[in-house]
Amino acid sequence: MLFIIILILSLIAGFITPWWAAAIIAFVAALYAGKKPVQAFWSGFGAVFIVWVVLALLKSVPNDHVLASRVAVLFHLPGWSILLILTSLIGGLVGGMSALSGVLVRKAFEK
Amino acid sequence: MKVTKALIAVLVTIILILGLEIKWSDTIPSIAVFLNPATGFWQNADSKHIIKERKLHLKGLQGKVTIKYDENMVPHIFAENEHDLYYAQGYVTAAERLWQMDIQTRSASGRLSEIVGQKALEVDRYHRRIGMVYGAENSLNEMMKDPRVAVMVNAYTEGINTYIHQLWKRDYPIEFKLLDYEPEEWKPINCALLLKLMSETLAGGTDAPAMTNVLKKFGPAITNDLFPDYPMREDPIIPAGTKWGFKTLPLPKASSDFISSMIEPIRRREKIEGIGSNNWVVAGSKSASGYPILANDPHLNLTFPSIWYQIQLSAPGINTNGVSIPGTPCVIIGYNNNISWGETNVAADVLDFYNIKFKDSSYNQYWYNNKWNKTTKRTEVINIHGRAPVTETVVYTHHGPVVYESADKRPKSRGDIPVSAAARWIAHDRSQDILTFYLLNRAKNYDDYRKALSYYTAPAQNFIFASADKDIAMTVNGKLPLKFKDQGKYILDGSDPANDWQGWIPAEQNPSSKNPERGYLSSANQSSTDQTYPYYINWSFGPYERGKRINDRLSTMKNATVDSMRVLQFDNYSIRAQDVLPTMLGNINTTKLTGQQQQVLQLIKNWDKRFDANSIGATIFNTWWVRFYGMIWNRHFDSKNGDLMYPSQDRTVKLLLKEPQSKWFDDPGTPGVETCLDVLNQTFNATVDSLVHKYGKPGTAWEWGRVKHTYINHLANLDGFGAGEFIAGGTGSTVNALINGHGPSWRMVVQMGPKVQGYGIFPGGESGNPGSLYYDDMLKTWQNGQLKPLLFLQSPTEPSTRIKSTLTLSSN
Repeated sequence: MLFIIILILSLIAGFITPWWAAAIIAFVAALYAGKKPVQAFWSGFGAVFIVWVVLALLKSVPNDHVLASRVAVLFHLPGWSILLILTSLIGGLVGGMSALSGVLVRKAFEK
Repeated sequence: MKVTKALIAVLVTIILILGLEIKWSDTIPSIAVFLNPATGFWQNADSKHIIKERKLHLKGLQGKVTIKYDENMVPHIFAENEHDLYYAQGYVTAAERLWQMDIQTRSASGRLSEIVGQKALEVDRYHRRIGMVYGAENSLNEMMKDPRVAVMVNAYTEGINTYIHQLWKRDYPIEFKLLDYEPEEWKPINCALLLKLMSETLAGGTDAPAMTNVLKKFGPAITNDLFPDYPMREDPIIPAGTKWGFKTLPLPKASSDFISSMIEPIRRREKIEGIGSNNWVVAGSKSASGYPILANDPHLNLTFPSIWYQIQLSAPGINTNGVSIPGTPCVIIGYNNNISWGETNVAADVLDFYNIKFKDSSYNQYWYNNKWNKTTKRTEVINIHGRAPVTETVVYTHHGPVVYESADKRPKSRGDIPVSAAARWIAHDRSQDILTFYLLNRAKNYDDYRKALSYYTAPAQNFIFASADKDIAMTVNGKLPLKFKDQGKYILDGSDPANDWQGWIPAEQNPSSKNPERGYLSSANQSSTDQTYPYYINWSFGPYERGKRINDRLSTMKNATVDSMRVLQFDNYSIRAQDVLPTMLGNINTTKLTGQQQQVLQLIKNWDKRFDANSIGATIFNTWWVRFYGMIWNRHFDSKNGDLMYPSQDRTVKLLLKEPQSKWFDDPGTPGVETCLDVLNQTFNATVDSLVHKYGKPGTAWEWGRVKHTYINHLANLDGFGAGEFIAGGTGSTVNALINGHGPSWRMVVQMGPKVQGYGIFPGGESGNPGSLYYDDMLKTWQNGQLKPLLFLQSPTEPSTRIKSTLTLSSN
């Protein structure tokens, strides 16, 4: 459930908001819908990871990955796919940590 | 416990986000700002699918503008008035090249440190202190006085700013994201700054300090012998024997002899052979069509994005096609229905240094005309990213700015600039250069061309011309100071009024040739004229070889076509080898050679004297010649400080051919007396040794295209954003002057006639975005030695299968 909420909200937000909006979405969503810390982390991680993969590919596929390949060379990475995974891992980590924070804050206020 | 856990989790998350948002160093971008797919670099990936029809509503337009994009994304702009035309030029140029325009104007105005921090400080200081901004301000004031230019520059600026204002963060060019800064408002002075940058590249150096050191060390007799005022071999730009037909102005009197006492050591300026250009034109009498054909290829630094942006500009009273410089309105090299034109660099001496004697260390007064005169001071504030700003006070005399008034002001990197010397530089003068291009874009005939040229100041260019009414012409053009002979060959005494520039060569007396009997004209940076021209322009110009080869080819050409011109642009034949190789080979003592040396000798004997990519002979010859040149001169001119000017290639050729017993061949370290023969044999052996050492036995690894380095880098040298190294022929002294990171930055051939047809190509693409498929789409064609027929539409409705999309602009 949490996974779906974060996924949909951060996908929509991705087109109009700065990148850290995903953190707020994951945090707030977990605050309301989060249950267990581990489950919240992986929901946030998975959702934002997938959203970032999708957003990046939406631009990169019609580009034949020309730009991503050039940037991969710039950062001395073996190819554009590694760059994509790196990008999404960062997004996932932020999403996961935010969701974890959300559920832990919720628990802190639970009696 | 629960609260602590929650707090830790929140804290870790916040630190993580901040850590990803912060820019950790000047060289690494903020990780999340750059990588996130919402606003980061992924957004710069342009789709390969082109939108066929687009309409935009832009504030400030007066009518409708139609822009047709061809298969290389070259814009063909049709506007209803001049304002809209230049507005649209600004808009589309910014859309493709915004970062390039930003970084180049920042560089010119000494503002790079604002972005990249301390490491650019000395570059910025130099640009402030040599007076780039001061010169741009003077030019801007002058050019805005002309109402046509004012409308043009303001509209161009408006177009750029309209584009900038509508950008979201995600739309910023990728380099802004990498360096983490934002585009700023364009200002009219930026257009002037870009022209100053051209002046710096093409007319911003002087050999006077290194020549002064030579004079001090060797005295006038040797200096005059080794550094003559005219080369042994020459094939001047204005055909030898041209009658001048004007009344010469009285020439200024030479000042009393003066040898500057430079207090601080100076380093000679590094000169790159091959930064220069070719242009030529054949008359109808020599062409298959009966109409002139014009060709031009400017040799400049090759970068991505390219220095050029192809464009067609059309509005009532103008329809022109060619290349522009991003950041400057107009077409700079191109054609219209009636004329075509192009440029190469003149290398006129328009930057002189004057020794200044200050009264005291306040630098408030300097000695001139037998009295103390007041200096003025200009304050320059340099903002530095992450540091406190630096304030520079630049001292100005009536000559110009004193770049470094004391040794402690001069950084190591600018050891070529004399201390306590004022720069008299043409780029500081009021100028209307841009009006020249405004008028050329609209010119209909020879008279219009000459009129347009009269407004041009700097950097002086050899303007080539052809018209549909079958005129051809060449004019060595720019605002050229009226000087006594050799004025500025050495550092000048700044206290003697006789050393000041005494006026100007009248524009109509600039060296020029129209419809010469021989049926062709050309320039390749060599001497402007033969020795009968009454005025002094400079004592040395570019080497003559490229010009000679072009003239040799053109003189024998009959029924010339566009393809004959294209083949000549790619010509790798070496006149230098033709001039020296027989003598060099004739001096080799074959009885003493080893088997391997014999083999190499055979290879160079069979060489066709072409610097083709697969040529082994070219590699052997080049290595041998460089070693020969070095062995003669290094002994005497390679000082610890690198402060002496080396004799020219031409002088070295003369030594080889005419003075084989010269004392310069002798090695003072040996008891015997060496001659040319000894030096040739020694350097030949050394050549074989070094090539075998580096590349093994003669074979593929010896091929010229692999030995010389040819590459195109990104403007900021970003890995992966350039084209990298590739195999190619040519060298600095061949017509195809492609070597290292510089060479033909635009190749154009224009067939004049009732219906003009242009051809052209540049190494790169119209887009400055590394994420665009139009970033380097023309590179292959350029590398393959091909030109593309240029699309030149006569109306916005003219059909063409090459048009891929249409953009319509209007204010509502």
